[in-house]
Amino acid sequence: MRIIVCVKPVPDPKHWNRLQLDPKTRTLVRKGIPGTINPLDRHALEAALTLREQEGGEVLVVSMAPEDSQPVLKEALAMGADRAVLLSDRVFAGSDTLGTAYVLSVGIERLGEFDLILCGDETIDGGTAQVSAQLAEFLGTPNVMHVSGLEVSPGKPWLARSQIEHGYTLVEIEPPMVLSVVKTINTPRYVTLMNILEAEQKPIEVWSANDVTLSEPWAGLAGSPTQMADLFAPERKGMAEMITGDPKEQAAKLADRLHRLGFC
Amino acid sequence: MSDQVESKIWVFVEQRRHVVAEVGLELLGKARSLAEPLQWKVAAVLVGHELDALAEMVLSFGVDEALVADDALLEHYCNQAYVKAVEGAIRQYEPQALLLGATAMGTDFAPRLAARLRTGLSAHCIDLDLTPDGQLLSLVPGWGGNVMARISCPKTRPQVATVLPGVFPVPEPGRARGRMVSLNPQLQPEDLGYRVVETKREEAPKSGLETAEVVVAGGWGVGSKADWTRVEELAAALNGAVGATRPPVDEGWAEEKQMIGQSGRTVRPRLYIGLGISGHMHHLVGVKSSELSVAINSDPKAAIFEHCHVGLVGDLKEIVPPLVEAIKQYSQQEPG
Ligand SMILES: Cc1cc2nc3c(=O)[nH]c(=O)nc-3n(C[C@H](O)[C@H](O)[C@H](O)COP(=O)(O)OP(=O)(O)OC[C@H]3O[C@@H](n4cnc5c(N)ncnc54)[C@H](O)[C@@H]3O)c2cc1C
Ligand SMILES: Nc1ncnc2c1ncn2[C@@H]1O[C@H](COP(=O)(O)O)[C@@H](O)[C@H]1O
Repeated sequence: MRIIVCVKPVPDPKHWNRLQLDPKTRTLVRKGIPGTINPLDRHALEAALTLREQEGGEVLVVSMAPEDSQPVLKEALAMGADRAVLLSDRVFAGSDTLGTAYVLSVGIERLGEFDLILCGDETIDGGTAQVSAQLAEFLGTPNVMHVSGLEVSPGKPWLARSQIEHGYTLVEIEPPMVLSVVKTINTPRYVTLMNILEAEQKPIEVWSANDVTLSEPWAGLAGSPTQMADLFAPERKGMAEMITGDPKEQAAKLADRLHRLGFC
Repeated sequence: MSDQVESKIWVFVEQRRHVVAEVGLELLGKARSLAEPLQWKVAAVLVGHELDALAEMVLSFGVDEALVADDALLEHYCNQAYVKAVEGAIRQYEPQALLLGATAMGTDFAPRLAARLRTGLSAHCIDLDLTPDGQLLSLVPGWGGNVMARISCPKTRPQVATVLPGVFPVPEPGRARGRMVSLNPQLQPEDLGYRVVETKREEAPKSGLETAEVVVAGGWGVGSKADWTRVEELAAALNGAVGATRPPVDEGWAEEKQMIGQSGRTVRPRLYIGLGISGHMHHLVGVKSSELSVAINSDPKAAIFEHCHVGLVGDLKEIVPPLVEAIKQYSQQEPG
């Protein structure tokens, strides 16, 4: 079985308090914030590794990111992926989700046939939750999002469980397919020192725009249909009316107000 | 009946088993107010099977057209079939904008459709604007709510956006004046892509949060599972429901169904009290429509004080107990 996992390097959320908005350029300053695998993509990778253990085959990791993201791909290899491909080119920079899905799709086309592509449902930085479905559209395969369970039995259609509001849908689906997972699907494994050493031997290939066939214009900032018109810190409505005093006085004043409004 | 569709803004009104998702109605209201200055018409798009009654219902929300894609193969939601059912109509009638709820269905259907049409899509919007020249500007929270982005889609049409549920109010229904147009989807079984085996509603006991008049929500600042009783006591004193931000849910102090915000529930109480909550957009989108909001937080610079009506700077462990006592005394004075 050939499984591809799409992994996005994101700035580590543990350090987001250091994120700054440059008021002049209106861009996020993320200098010095270390990268990590998008948290849900670890669950996608875990699902792939479990399936490989069960069915045999290989797990490939694909990422579109700047070249300095290689340590993040090493993390994925240390978790157990066999091989990683980093799609990296200035032409790809600034892609919106259509552009990202398009670039990933041409990279995956070069990788050849696959049974399953696994993605996270959404990323924590952009958080659009759009790439997996758009990737499936470019590749012409079916896709299921919000996947919290997967049952694979050889020779039969697979069963994917997709979370919806207040419940779930169970669907029968045949490979090749794209699935994007939610975090309840599994618990990602820990990486040992041994795994990290092993990962050193595993290949990371870096592919530029010249290594893939871009027949459509959607890649990069120039090709992306959406644009960021503005970026700003959340609107401040102005300060609340403050109730002051020592804690007892504050409590009494608030209770009095709630009483006058009929809440007690 | 002429089948020429004139609406420039289309709203996908999601239904499962003939029950519509409220966000679809919320968007009908918003679409009408966006369209008015430009004198654009607004359509509701319904996809499914045996939808006549729903078409009547959406028309009562003042839309000009109800565009109905009705086919037995559309009975259960399947993204590829849904895309095929509306793609042709979009190419033919060229709407300027298409709005969908950011639900499980909307977040799956919208990206596939937008990719098929090779157009732009903005996700999880919390506000929408339409410029006089017809550009849709969507407000999108990013980075855990630390920043807001305004997204435009200057070159391609339609401009597509998914909008978080509960951001806009549900409009009042009135007299229907629009008409129904059948989209005639013409699907084959091969168009489905996958087969729905079953759809189960899990007995997620209603938390009562969505309809509660009073919501007391606790955040990370509550401190521990033992201290969580403070949140519950205050809620009980006010006959209210207990809500939470994400950290208390992750820690197991509160249950998943109590989470309020982007990934949780949206509440519309008359009174919201936030205890030990910093005020991330992810949480605040879920409490935006509270009539009166009160926050207790020990950090005077907490963002929540910028978004609520009444603020108390202090330790909730010191303020909540006397507050509960005082409320109980008032309630005893005037029973019932
Ligand atoms: C994609 C995504 C979706 C998300 N969806 C949601 C969602 O739906 N709902 C949600 O809630 N979160 C959501 N989050 C998480 C969200 O970004 C915030 O992390 C979360 O809302 C913060 O919760 P908090 O305010 O309780 O905690 P914190 O931000 O840690 O704030 C705790 C506050 O308590 C105060 N405090 C501490 N001690 C005391 C005391 N003794 N007395 C009074 N005050 C005290 C502190 O000053 C601080 O302001 C989401 C995140 C992501 C990335
Ligand atoms: N640049 C990228 N490289 C590889 N995979 C990505 C990239 N962006 C998004 N993905 C995948 O798509 C999923 C959803 O991302 P998003 O639509 O950006 O929220 C992620 O969890 C990843 O699996």
